[in-house]
Amino acid sequence: MRGYSLAAILRHGLRRNLTWPEAIRHPEPKSRYDAVIVGGGGHGLATAYYLASMHGITDVAVLERGWIGGGNTGRNTTIVRSNYGQPANSAFYEHSLKLWEGLSDELNFNVMLSQRGLINTFHTAADREAWIRRYNFMRLRGIDAELLSREDLAERVPAMNLSTDLRLPVLGAVLQPRAGVAHHDAVAWGYARAADAKGVDIIQNCEVTGFAREAGRVVAVETSRGRIDTGKVGICVAGSSSEVARMAGIRLPIETHLLQALVSEPVKPFLDVVVSAGDYGMYISQTDKGEVLIGGPLDGYNSYSQRGSPATIERVLASAVELFPAISRLRMMRHWAGANDMTMDGSPIISRTPVEGLYFNGGWCYGGFKATPASGWTFAYTMAEDRPHPLNEPFTLERFESGHLISERGAGRLPGLH
Amino acid sequence: MLTIPCPHCGDRAETEFVYGGDAGVSRPADPAALGDAEWSAYLYLRDNPRGRHSEYWYHRSGCRRWLQVERDTLTHRVLATSFAGYPKRGSE
Ligand SMILES: Cc1cc2nc3c(=O)[nH]c(=O)nc-3n(C[C@H](O)[C@H](O)[C@H](O)COP(=O)(O)OP(=O)(O)OC[C@H]3O[C@@H](n4cnc5c(N)ncnc54)[C@H](O)[C@@H]3O)c2cc1C
Ligand SMILES: [Zn+2]
Repeated sequence: MRGYSLAAILRHGLRRNLTWPEAIRHPEPKSRYDAVIVGGGGHGLATAYYLASMHGITDVAVLERGWIGGGNTGRNTTIVRSNYGQPANSAFYEHSLKLWEGLSDELNFNVMLSQRGLINTFHTAADREAWIRRYNFMRLRGIDAELLSREDLAERVPAMNLSTDLRLPVLGAVLQPRAGVAHHDAVAWGYARAADAKGVDIIQNCEVTGFAREAGRVVAVETSRGRIDTGKVGICVAGSSSEVARMAGIRLPIETHLLQALVSEPVKPFLDVVVSAGDYGMYISQTDKGEVLIGGPLDGYNSYSQRGSPATIERVLASAVELFPAISRLRMMRHWAGANDMTMDGSPIISRTPVEGLYFNGGWCYGGFKATPASGWTFAYTMAEDRPHPLNEPFTLERFESGHLISERGAGRLPGLH
Repeated sequence: MLTIPCPHCGDRAETEFVYGGDAGVSRPADPAALGDAEWSAYLYLRDNPRGRHSEYWYHRSGCRRWLQVERDTLTHRVLATSFAGYPKRGSE
């Protein structure tokens, strides 16, 4: 792999950019690999990269049904943060944020991490107390966390409606300064290119259709392009977890729900921070291209359709316009929905399974993009060592049986509410 | 937007309803007799199919009855609706 650099940009620029080599190879699948990853989203590609770079396992195939990064990695609103209260989530996501901070250098690929800060507004006294409690936990753990008054907000986010006539007036906010956004495709392609350079075969248009088992061990995967023998399989198929696990006879504590997002036509910069208003069920940021990117809550019922309900769009946009009246006349340009695997406690699963040699990574709810580096990092460890790293030890499948749930919101076993 | 045909009120928009989750899960008759694995399977494990799904919906802004709806989770087509809790349940 020739590295990307200023010199390379100049060299190829002089040749009118016609001579850039392809970022990854397109190999035919071999009949056997030391390890196989199912799913070529950010998580699967990161897992393959860390298997090769940290554990010396380079005879690895990533099998992707469609194209890499075409799943939820390519459908998300790219918020990166580590503002969690539960100790297990806090340690895991802070590790992820630290990996993000070095990622462009590590991968020689600009993942466009922009630590522009994340503001969570609160609109009731109870919510204020809950956020302050959570942000104090963060400070005790050495994670950046600040409290903002209404005056601070007026200065930091001039476009925000701070009128006391709102149905839910803004009382204040918390800020994580190191949070922000990154570029979704860049993360998938950065990990893919770096894994490919270490010998990993990335195989697109290759759907896994079954798992061959002998004496309780996985021995091969069946695919649309033939059987591939292997002793280690990692599942990273956000949005298809229940269907894929079913092929191995495993039932999961997961329901699949829709999450939508939409972007406006591009406008001049007016919002340089990510704002999330939980009580309004709406979050908003402005992309580097100038589009206003708006997201909301789940639609609320099981669905794989990847088509969101207009009722949710209407609610989310009404909230966005109430908090940011200046956007009321913007036209929305694109809208989409992704199928999110919601666990019963709202936290992910990175775990061994009852089938020897078969590992499961999933249940990322609506927050798995920011987890991409740490997810790959801990999953590679788990697959290489056949045991969890301390960072993902709490995120087992068994926690649902032993009762050690990791419930950030305490919403109970209602996946649609996490 | 889903249109759910309520057996009492007729075709109504999804916004009139509250979702009640998987209707294929029934509470074990004698919870105290179960081990952790069976109890947690009842509480947490779901088939979560991509396709036909039996589920509960509560008609909050209508007749206020609980419905059992058969719906395809990929196409969103509603295949059948009935009042929940009546004998038909689980008989297919
Ligand atoms: C609208 C929306 C907004 C979001 N916003 C955020 C956010 O702001 N911040 C955040 O952190 N997270 C966010 N998320 C969540 C985030 O997108 C996901 O958690 C994350 O991208 C999951 O990555 P992944 O690599 O696990 O999955 P994916 O990128 O979905 O990759 C899984 C891959 O597996 C493939 N696959 C499936 N079945 C098979 C098979 N049988 N054989 C082979 N391949 C298969 C799929 O084709 C897919 O490419 C959002 C999600 C949505 C939908
Ligand atoms: Zn009714």
